[in-house]
Amino acid sequence: MSISSGATAAPRGGAVGSPLLAVDDLQVEFRTGSGVVNAVNGISYTLAQGETLAILGESGSGKSVSAQAIMGILDTPPAHITGGTVVFEGRDLLTLPPEEQRQVRGPGISMIFQDALSALNPVYSVGFQIGEMFRAHQGLSKKDAKRKAVELMDRVRIPAAAQRVNDYPHQFSGGMRQRVMIAMAIALDPKILIADEPTTALDVTVQAQVMDLLKDLQRDTGMGLILITHDLGVVNEVADNVAVMYAGRIVERGTVDDVFSRPAMPYTEGLMTSIPRVEAKGGRLVPISGQPPNLARIPSGCPFHPRCPRRRIGAEAAPGRDCAVDHPPLRLVVPGREAACHYSEEVLGV
Amino acid sequence: MGRYVARRLLLTIPVMLGASFLIFAMVFALPGDPIAALAGDRPIAPAVAAQLRDDFNLGDPLWLQYAKYVGDLVQGDFGTDFAGRPVLDTILQRLPVTAKLALVAVLFEIVIGIVAGVLAGIRRNSFFDNLVLVSTTIVVSVPILVLAFLAQFVFGLKLELFPIAGVRDGWYSYLLPGLVLAAGSVAYVARLTRTSMAENLRADYVRTARAKGLKPSTVVVRHTLRNSLIPVVTFIGADIGTLMGGAIVTETVFNIPGIGRAVFESIQRQEGAVVVGIVTLLVFFFIFFNLVVDVLYAVLDPRIRYD
Repeated sequence: MSISSGATAAPRGGAVGSPLLAVDDLQVEFRTGSGVVNAVNGISYTLAQGETLAILGESGSGKSVSAQAIMGILDTPPAHITGGTVVFEGRDLLTLPPEEQRQVRGPGISMIFQDALSALNPVYSVGFQIGEMFRAHQGLSKKDAKRKAVELMDRVRIPAAAQRVNDYPHQFSGGMRQRVMIAMAIALDPKILIADEPTTALDVTVQAQVMDLLKDLQRDTGMGLILITHDLGVVNEVADNVAVMYAGRIVERGTVDDVFSRPAMPYTEGLMTSIPRVEAKGGRLVPISGQPPNLARIPSGCPFHPRCPRRRIGAEAAPGRDCAVDHPPLRLVVPGREAACHYSEEVLGV
Repeated sequence: MGRYVARRLLLTIPVMLGASFLIFAMVFALPGDPIAALAGDRPIAPAVAAQLRDDFNLGDPLWLQYAKYVGDLVQGDFGTDFAGRPVLDTILQRLPVTAKLALVAVLFEIVIGIVAGVLAGIRRNSFFDNLVLVSTTIVVSVPILVLAFLAQFVFGLKLELFPIAGVRDGWYSYLLPGLVLAAGSVAYVARLTRTSMAENLRADYVRTARAKGLKPSTVVVRHTLRNSLIPVVTFIGADIGTLMGGAIVTETVFNIPGIGRAVFESIQRQEGAVVVGIVTLLVFFFIFFNLVVDVLYAVLDPRIRYD
């Protein structure tokens, strides 16, 4: 099938064109019986056509929750979006009536998930599940939808698509299942694709194939890609820009090349030194000490300060920049680079 | 699948032989003399008694009696009761009554049980959910005998909505006994559906369905209910086999001439041929409906394959 291709992929690094999506001060909390968990605490970013934005963070940093908030698929309760705006095509998705929000999911923004085996319904054939996109949004008949499904399966390079369209998810390998998910997500030619850890459940060679497929599809369609991951290698290979999340906040943002070569936030710095490197063979990996914070009790000041090797507390700190007291906002440190650290200049060495 | 069904059907033969022998042996072991009981207080001529004993092979040892019975059975002869009435006639007369009662009960399970379970599962911790939890707890903890009399008293006698007993009003007279018979299963189906729905609503593929921009009704019916009904259908299918066994209490309280009461009466009269004939047939139904459930399971869940 032909997917209209108006745009070419953005060059690596930097946003190109007007933003497709603008997230501003998004806040999500989970209200549970034992208290309030602050999962997302005011994150902002924009995504341009053809851009690949990686959202990097540990488990529980709020990266998946923020994506589900944008999609409007959080379970409410317990999750509540308590503030912010998500502007897509001139409309704030968070204030749209549910029916209009639903119509954005699929043709506007679509999403793929980590474990395709559990994310696909086991009792329907893959052709049916892909075809549902056309039936729900374009009112196609069951037969036409299935024909479209075969075309899509071809497009995501599933061999013998016509024979396999009636197979069930459990009859596919892990990599092929993730391709089915991708076929479903790109069915309606979305402007934005959110990939939530798309390769985490796959082995390394299959990971590379799936990432290549996503990049090819993006090149063909010019869609914006939000890649949620904790895999630094994947970020380095495919993303243009990266936003590092910690305790529900973005703590550093910039182009992948800049952030990876010269971090401006001690947390990012810690992540970079924990990457195994070929040239440092035989050396020890340097882990970040301590545990990620409990989101029900986020530390005061900078949420990273209890684990930070560069923290300055009390008399050591500059006035108004006590890491244990004063919350560091995300600020422009050098052109094209934002970080949430009182002492970013020092980290950068500028 | 075909081979699997054939193998399962072949397996029913030894099961039915075993079951019928056990039942036969139990009737044989009952204390008392059925011929003397048949005569009651009136004296019976020894020659007549001996003739009856001979007709019904009552003088033979157990194994020979059973062998003669099975020999007749494979020729399609279910034997007769002491009054000379063919057992097959009794079965053909009583079974449709029980089948109707079971059908009404299953419809209640499907309609009330599943609807209540789905609504409670979707709106967990709501007023309706709690209502379902409390009412099902009450229903399963009250003995069916109490439920039967209560229903008869309130709906039959006081409100006069339903006939108090008997089956003279056609299908309508089966509604109240059907509801009483189904009560426990309705409660179970409601709870099973509720749990299954609540569990599936949290499933990853339901989140996917929402991310696809499907209508909320499609998400619930196609991607949650369909998956949630697999264990429910399995239970209801197996329950049909149980319900076909008749319900002695319900049939007795509501004076319904079904198969359950026929068995009960035959046991009291020590009519071996009737008891064994009917119960063996019921064992077959039970096995058959369980087989249907297993086949249905594979249809509902494509991950299950028997070959």
